[in-house]
Amino acid sequence: MWNDHELTKMVEGGVPFHMASDQAGNLGRAYGVWDESQGIELRGRFIIDPDGVIQAMEVMTPPVGRKLSETIRQIQAFQHVRASKGSEAMPAGWEPGGLTLKPGPDLVGNVWKVWKPSMEK
Amino acid sequence: MAEQPQGCARTTGAVMGEKPSAPAAAESETKKEMTMTARVGQKAPDFEAPAYYKGGFKSVKLSDYLGKWVMVCFYPGDFTFV
Repeated sequence: MWNDHELTKMVEGGVPFHMASDQAGNLGRAYGVWDESQGIELRGRFIIDPDGVIQAMEVMTPPVGRKLSETIRQIQAFQHVRASKGSEAMPAGWEPGGLTLKPGPDLVGNVWKVWKPSMEK
Repeated sequence: MAEQPQGCARTTGAVMGEKPSAPAAAESETKKEMTMTARVGQKAPDFEAPAYYKGGFKSVKLSDYLGKWVMVCFYPGDFTFV
């Protein structure tokens, strides 16, 4: 009903992904986002990698919405880490194409030489 | 996936698979400490739940998406913003 009455007005053809139901809160409890007192889900968002491992999570109280572009940025960063087999790390504010760090003894105490807060967009 | 008939029962999902192993000493502790809790760096709790998808109700299972990047979002209710 929500899809017919509202979501199709935002996205042509309606929502392209599954909208799962968890009225009893079983999933929400497993993910730590079920609010027992109100019987609702909090705004939880989880990024799960191809191995089924949670790489990132964000949980917010209901009044504030999420930012999809930030989620996509995080997925791109984790994909980059995965492609480098963990040899590279993405510093704060990293965007695709940006500087990556190679953690190791040489970098300890020397991050300031290669990364500055002003580099964050 | 075949469409599933929906009765009057609450449409809800269920957690699947084994629960993360808890230290033996913790098993007699409160129930709260035994519930699954999602953590970064750990396996996401698998689940299966009825889902609205392109005009019908289908079952969706997290472990069917192994090999892909997945985003799972929880939201308080329909007609709220996400």
